[in-house]
Amino acid sequence: MSIRVLRPGLLTTLQDHGRHGLQHVGLCPGGAMDPIALSLANALVGNEQGEAALEITVIGPELAFEEDTLLALCGAEFKGSFPHNRPVLAQAGSRFNVGRAVRGARAYLAVAGGFGVEPVLGSRSTYLPGRFGGFEGRALKHGDALALRDPGAAARFARLKKTRDGSVRWSAPPLTLADREPILVHVLEGQHFGSFDSSAQRSFFDAVWKISPESNRMGFRLAGPALVRSEADELLSGPTALGTVQVPANGTPIALMADHQTTGGYPRIAEIVSADVPRLAQLAPGGTVHFTRCDLGMAAELRHHAQERLLSALRGIAWNYGQ
Amino acid sequence: MPKKNIVPTAVVPLGDCAAYIEFTGKLDLEVNALVLRLSAALQARKLPWMRDVVPALGGIALHYDPDHPQVHGDALEAAAIAVQECLKDDFAESGDTARTVEVPVCYEREFAPDIDEVAKQAKLSVEEVAARHAAGEYRVLMIGFAPGHAYMSGLDPKLSVPRRATPRALVAPGAVAVANEQTVVYPYAISGGWSVIGRTPLTVFDAGRSEPSLFAAGDRVRFRAVTADEFVALQK
Repeated sequence: MSIRVLRPGLLTTLQDHGRHGLQHVGLCPGGAMDPIALSLANALVGNEQGEAALEITVIGPELAFEEDTLLALCGAEFKGSFPHNRPVLAQAGSRFNVGRAVRGARAYLAVAGGFGVEPVLGSRSTYLPGRFGGFEGRALKHGDALALRDPGAAARFARLKKTRDGSVRWSAPPLTLADREPILVHVLEGQHFGSFDSSAQRSFFDAVWKISPESNRMGFRLAGPALVRSEADELLSGPTALGTVQVPANGTPIALMADHQTTGGYPRIAEIVSADVPRLAQLAPGGTVHFTRCDLGMAAELRHHAQERLLSALRGIAWNYGQ
Repeated sequence: MPKKNIVPTAVVPLGDCAAYIEFTGKLDLEVNALVLRLSAALQARKLPWMRDVVPALGGIALHYDPDHPQVHGDALEAAAIAVQECLKDDFAESGDTARTVEVPVCYEREFAPDIDEVAKQAKLSVEEVAARHAAGEYRVLMIGFAPGHAYMSGLDPKLSVPRRATPRALVAPGAVAVANEQTVVYPYAISGGWSVIGRTPLTVFDAGRSEPSLFAAGDRVRFRAVTADEFVALQK
């Protein structure tokens, strides 16, 4: 008994909160591009926050349910008729087409009890470059059958607060979708910020950067003014992190995302603060971003604020489960 | 002996959840050896707020949870202090405990698309290129670029060709390549700019193994020439 994939969508992969502690052997943590939306989707179906869910990108899949399945879709808004940000009981035999994203780029579809795949190196995240983890180490294809780890978990639906007609009317807030673009993203100056000439330094903060089509889970290429360095010397390859913005010789910055390389030889002009990475991850190609400078104190404030908003949403969900 | 009174040249945040403690901005094998020992010492401390200790060529990246209850105050400062404390200890005296990894390599042409070009540039025969590469004693300076992808020092200077002007769209998994005074072994079929002079049948990174990466930073590495038949037999 399972979920059948009728159409896979553009890039649908299983992702959880990633595999940590392996960067010293060159493996990035990976995991959900928008871990906040993943946490919400899981909470809505009564899972642990870090359970693996389907990460759906820009064009969603069409799925058929062979048994009653409790699920929730969080993150980007899709055109399909499926309700967002609330638990939904899909009846056995029903089909559901996620459709195309209209706001944001990535949504997470969680099922109660989680998907029936084995963890690899401590995580169920799909690592596409290494072809391991998740569902057979790859994105979903037509005809795949996704097993449910705990088919009985759909019974959790009975515990939920509902209206008189038996449906769920309340919903969780979308925490990572921007109301307007360009979105504002806070950065710390990178180690090599000073090696760019002053006009490049100004351009970096003045320009509206556009996510280029050559962007993926490894990194977002940012189209805008070319950033030139005054010191053109070769750098010794150094470490990178989630949110590092590096600038190759062609002057086009790359923001490193979930499946980033662990080291790189390009100058690091900026480091995006952790609180703003999930919001950036919600931009599709063509989406726009504006960078603003901050310090570690402000980065901590933004992080705590984001944590508080998530906790408050999670408390709301728990209340609707009668907890 | 390593320089004992070494001090960081930079302590910079890599965002709010990681820091880079840099000891040199240039390739320096002595400093690299110290970086590797220091990383091992930091890892051995098992600090509960530290998520990963990642040695690079000239410094160490520390990935951490800045909100962990055991971080008092600023996490960047706490990371720098942890490094300082390790430097004060006698970690450098612990001696060289590096393991040696032996890697079979087939240097025959079907596994070595660039060996003729390297031979031409080095003014050596193809056989000499293979013999010189296999005779080297290598040291893993850093793992990076891809899972298990090891940068190794110890390349015969005659084999140190510049990077290819046009990177190969895909190199074979296990491809052994040279450039810039170093040698690498590609873990997967990925795009690469180094000159491929052989291939190992070993799996460089296998997520199903208890130790997924064949190489660790600090390892000594020796390459052993094998025939195409041996390559196929070893691959099984």
